[in-house]
Amino acid sequence: MKTQNLKLSLLFAMLFGLLAGCASTQPSDEAGDVATVPDETVETGVVDDGGVSGDTYEDPALSADTVFYFDFDKSVLKPEATAALRIHAESLRNNPRAIRLEGHADERGTREYNMALGERRANAVKEFLMLEGVNGSYIDVISYGEERPAALDSNESAWSLNRRVELN
Amino acid sequence: MLKKLFGYGCLLLLAAPGLLRAELTIEITHGVDDPTPIAVVPLGGAQLPENISRITQEDLRRSGLFRPIPDTDMLSFPTNAKEVYYRDWRLLGAEYLVVGNSVMREGQFEITFSLLQVHSGKTLFTKVVKGPAKRARDLAHYISDRVYEAITGIRGAFSTRVAYITSMGSGDNITYRLMVSDSDGARENLLLESKEPIMSPAWSPDAKQLVYVSFESGRPAIYRQKLATAEREKLTNFRGLNGAPSWSPDGKKLALVLSKDGNPEIYMFDLQSRQFTRLTRHFSIDTEPNWMPDSRSLIFTSDRGGNPQIYKLTVANNRVERLTFTGNYNARPRLAQDGRTLVMVHRNNGNFHIASQDLKTGDFRVLTETYLDESPTVAPNGAMLLYATKQGKKGVLAAVSLDAGVRFLLPARQGDVREPAWSPFLN
Repeated sequence: MKTQNLKLSLLFAMLFGLLAGCASTQPSDEAGDVATVPDETVETGVVDDGGVSGDTYEDPALSADTVFYFDFDKSVLKPEATAALRIHAESLRNNPRAIRLEGHADERGTREYNMALGERRANAVKEFLMLEGVNGSYIDVISYGEERPAALDSNESAWSLNRRVELN
Repeated sequence: MLKKLFGYGCLLLLAAPGLLRAELTIEITHGVDDPTPIAVVPLGGAQLPENISRITQEDLRRSGLFRPIPDTDMLSFPTNAKEVYYRDWRLLGAEYLVVGNSVMREGQFEITFSLLQVHSGKTLFTKVVKGPAKRARDLAHYISDRVYEAITGIRGAFSTRVAYITSMGSGDNITYRLMVSDSDGARENLLLESKEPIMSPAWSPDAKQLVYVSFESGRPAIYRQKLATAEREKLTNFRGLNGAPSWSPDGKKLALVLSKDGNPEIYMFDLQSRQFTRLTRHFSIDTEPNWMPDSRSLIFTSDRGGNPQIYKLTVANNRVERLTFTGNYNARPRLAQDGRTLVMVHRNNGNFHIASQDLKTGDFRVLTETYLDESPTVAPNGAMLLYATKQGKKGVLAAVSLDAGVRFLLPARQGDVREPAWSPFLN
């Protein structure tokens, strides 16, 4: 009986250890992200991450939208998207880095057509960035069509959230 | 005893993952007005591991053309023509009667079965089929096929399979599966499981292989996989889209979609020479190719006219001809084996339905009444088509006859089911 309890508590300890292990990786990643955003009130974030340089330049691209929405069966950029993309373009011109554009579609219509539509949307974003002077070789484009919805409902508000390009 | 226990152990092991799978059961929502009453009498003789007559009854019921008489109404259980008292069956209103008997011979079940016409008292046929215990369901579907063909004049397609995709979970935690089951949803097999999307399964003409799209490498790529051995091969892995594979009826080539040159175009891939031939050249979206029965031309979706419509392409001269003119969204065409009945996804008043168009007469019909319908796939005998639809928030499969008279749903117990692909005849 006693050994069984011991075994049980060991098992719990291991499980807890596993859970704690899982749980700990996530926040530390996030802390890494947060640390790159200069924020006077949070000091611990900077202290924790030894990899952060002392640069205090605030890149407006960090607060600009990274998801751009589209109308049904369309790949035309909306004004709010182009405004945000100009900010990203400036940042990418100054500090070139590899980015990935993920195109998506809503569930209406056929799956392979939506794959093509997602790619067309991501390409529309890529072309805009290139016109704004971003080097195209840094831009990776992938379409997920309707396979990775952001919202699961079958109504216009969910569909409008799913017709999107995500900049990562 | 030990063997029996072992057997149960295996069953449990199999049952546990089974709970997680999206198993299919059938609900008929609409049948023909006057289905033919038929009595399929329980088999006599050696006991099989499956209820053969029940499976045949369900096959015939699912066709929508028959009304099987319940076992509990039967007054007698004859196992061959000589034991039949026709007045028992006239009393029940049965037009046809299926009787059979099974014997065990050299480790195989041998079923002798007959189809009888009740009003004339005539035996229409007597046939024999044999197979091992693990093929019990195949034996039942074989009987269904023969009965269906003798009465309707159309080859039965009960001994065929369906490939489909399931997804479970949401957000970043979705599991995608490629499955194959019997056409009645039984005997599900898992072919591939991935955390990245799996799409667009399509059969080889001999029904022994599948081609499909998998994002498992982080990007879409086209694979082919042998059903018997699970042996698989990556066929394309270009920049951009690698999608919508369709196997030519002569088995020699695939039509597929690549956007490596900047825009989705249809290509032909020769399985022998491994050469790609670009077939379309247009700045619009060209996708979803499907071969015509002659393997010389194909149909596809293009928005070159401003919205998605179906076009036909002749491979020899790259000539393109528009086929659909009804409405402003017609996509993902599939042809029935007659080479004449085109089925597609059609938008009508903002709703997506399955529609058919007769390529000879131009007759256009909307076949479904459900919403968000997609991925039509026609049975190899051309009697029914399967498609994907939504029931609440759930993706389910549904079926409709090509004359729209019969409809049924195949609801999944768990997860979303979609992209059905009906196999060709297995032999």
